[in-house]
Amino acid sequence: MKAVLEIRDLTVALPAGGERAHAVAGVSLGVERAEIVCLVGESGSGKSVIAHSVMGLLPAALPVTAGAIRLEGEDLARAPGRRLRELRTTRMSMIFQEPMTALNPVMTCGAQIDEVLKEHTALAPAARRAKILDIVREVRLADPERIVASYPHQLSGGQRQRIMIAMALVLDPALLIADEPTTALDVTTQAQILKLIADLQARHGTGVLFVTHDFGVVAEIAHRVAVLRLGELVELGSKQEVLTRPRHEYTKMLIGSVPGLQPRARPLAPDALVVLATRKLSKTYSEHGWFAPRREVHAAREVDLEVRRGQTLGIVGESGSGKSTVARCVVRLIDPSAGEIRLGGEEIAAMSRAALQPLRRRVQIVFQDPYRSLNPRRTVGEAIIEGPLNYGVPRAEAIERARRLMELVRMDAGALGRYPHQFSGGQRQRICIARALAMEPELLIADEAVSALDVSVQAQVLALLEEIRTRLDLAMLFITHDLRVAAQVCDHIAVMQEGRVVEYGPAEQVFSRPRHDYTRALFDAAPGRGFAFGSA
Amino acid sequence: MDAPGAKQYEALSIEAAATQAPPGALRRAAANGSVRIGAGALGVLVLIALAAPWLGTVDPTLFDAASRDLLPGRSGEITTLDGEKLRHTFWMGSDSLGRDVYSRVIYGTRVSLVVGILCALLALAIGIVCGLASGTLRWLDGILMRFMDGLMAIPAILIAIALVAMWRGSLATVIVAIAIPEIPRVTRLVRSIVLSVREEPYVEAAISLGTPIWKIMFRHILPNCIAPLIVQGTFICAFSILVEAILSFLGVGLPPDIPTWGNVMAEGRQQFNDFPHNIFFPGVFLAATVLAVNVLGDGLRDTLDPKMAKRV
Repeated sequence: MKAVLEIRDLTVALPAGGERAHAVAGVSLGVERAEIVCLVGESGSGKSVIAHSVMGLLPAALPVTAGAIRLEGEDLARAPGRRLRELRTTRMSMIFQEPMTALNPVMTCGAQIDEVLKEHTALAPAARRAKILDIVREVRLADPERIVASYPHQLSGGQRQRIMIAMALVLDPALLIADEPTTALDVTTQAQILKLIADLQARHGTGVLFVTHDFGVVAEIAHRVAVLRLGELVELGSKQEVLTRPRHEYTKMLIGSVPGLQPRARPLAPDALVVLATRKLSKTYSEHGWFAPRREVHAAREVDLEVRRGQTLGIVGESGSGKSTVARCVVRLIDPSAGEIRLGGEEIAAMSRAALQPLRRRVQIVFQDPYRSLNPRRTVGEAIIEGPLNYGVPRAEAIERARRLMELVRMDAGALGRYPHQFSGGQRQRICIARALAMEPELLIADEAVSALDVSVQAQVLALLEEIRTRLDLAMLFITHDLRVAAQVCDHIAVMQEGRVVEYGPAEQVFSRPRHDYTRALFDAAPGRGFAFGSA
Repeated sequence: MDAPGAKQYEALSIEAAATQAPPGALRRAAANGSVRIGAGALGVLVLIALAAPWLGTVDPTLFDAASRDLLPGRSGEITTLDGEKLRHTFWMGSDSLGRDVYSRVIYGTRVSLVVGILCALLALAIGIVCGLASGTLRWLDGILMRFMDGLMAIPAILIAIALVAMWRGSLATVIVAIAIPEIPRVTRLVRSIVLSVREEPYVEAAISLGTPIWKIMFRHILPNCIAPLIVQGTFICAFSILVEAILSFLGVGLPPDIPTWGNVMAEGRQQFNDFPHNIFFPGVFLAATVLAVNVLGDGLRDTLDPKMAKRV
């Protein structure tokens, strides 16, 4: 069988002065007809660089210095820009991570697909329109006429990604490059899009180069897997081989870091002190312009939760489910509209800011984005002692505490004098945890605290959180969209959908016997549930 | 959960994710061509202003009826305050009262730079306070911003003329009058930065750490304003120098006995056809100063303003 794509000894240089000389070094791999090859790696592994170099979309700062890229036998690495332009969408297409930014916001979806046809075919307008409606139907968008006339912002994320796929496949290319196409989507939408890509490529015999960081997605969709580390190909083989019998140490470590879907059972003290309890906690945003009718958004509706000392409650849900709203209400970063929040014995939902001040110490939060959670202009040490100083701890004592905490989060105390930009994402998240712990809180809230991290770093931070919770007997509220992560750390799980808690119970029970349809749909959509990750 | 080999690769994954330190903002600015040219030219002007008495000048208020309307380069006599007659070369000629244009232009540099810098500082100081207040106190925001909108609706020169007319011209009143119309721009800038930065997770973290609101303002929010404010400050400075010259030229600025470029030009206006040097030399200095400050501001904006930096 003739390969659709053949990459041989591809080397892409990095600008001088970087941490390494090549973004990609000597990578060889191929994609056959009707085959899905997954390119897996952590951030900085060069997987996107390979995808972009095939399409000829690399910035000038990243030149291809050696090797060949052959699309159906034709060398792309040396092809002129004109020829690449002809080949794009006719013989090779690409879909991107964020469909909102990949689509032009001021053109209708139909016009954007039409642009491809106008550029590359001599079809009459009526024929083009028929072809557009056909492809929109093929990506299973209901009501194609309406969709074609819609602007990107009028569609959901999943619908937008379907439009991107329609645009990429309308001319039936031999190769489809998918660069993390489901990373920005919710898990249920992701499952649908993955199925769609698999169906379409099987029907059209398209070769697919699928870039992802998620082994769940790999398990779901790949035929063959290529594992990259720091620009080098460390392992290439069939999905079964790589996932079940990885040969390279790095692959073993990566797959071992993927959390499993089996919740771990942990003996719980049933009479542990209740640290946080919410009753009918609600947050309603209302918008009323002078001329527009009043619009209300219920971000959280009558949420009842309870977290006890030494236990972890997970709030699981898709984007817009209200899980972060609950967390922000509990920290009182936003004011709840109704309901009670009891912290220990005190009701804080309606407390004034001034009265709340002495209580703030007891609840601390770690945010999702480690790059924005630390003030770039202040040293790590200043960030950690800021809280204790606010509560009257003498400076020397606060610094001493910061040193101890750095040790606890496995970082060098010398890091206290350095600035956040000198650390990686995982290290910054450790610093944020240390900053929260410096307040000696009773309740630690982790708001998607490991979602932005690479899987190996994520495993380390999760282990750290677990250790801290046990050692300090903390209550933890763990907010995540990732069922695998929830399974690993939570004792109780609350599943949220559209602002409501639809299922609430011990993790083991929720995972093994979900009662609500939505919970079941979430579990069914979890990518790679057929593989027993995390058992290694 | 610890996978085999996890320890071994910990260092590697961290290295892969580590970002490179961006070069310091100041060093980036210093490497920019526009910043170097603008700052260099401005430095020369500051030196001229400081060294005015030693640059072959005489007291700029001295006059001599015998040396009226001399062309540039001519020699003549000038009477000092003690009544003593001095030989003096009028490098830029003399005006209709027999005053030395060169001395007046050189001393005028002092006035222009002082006006420019003080106006910028004053507008920035008041604008920062208003902007912080507007961005933090929601009840004040509407009132304050509508007032600023109103202020912006009137041309800056008109407000300045009206204010100077109300207060009588002196250096202090001119500076205040020129600074006031610039305040809304600074307020809007600071307010927009406050509104975007206060949503940053590190500000929210500071709130949950119990940091008082005024500390959050000065420690976490205001430092984000510094770069755009420096840029805005240079433009206010350039514009203020220009407005001061315009006010003096129109005769509503500083009193005519104070040597300013605007006053020199106003003095030479009637004889422009016969003696263009009265307007030419202060005009050149004015243009060079405003250009230097603007070039400096452009360069600083390219290097310091994150929105521009992405485009460059």
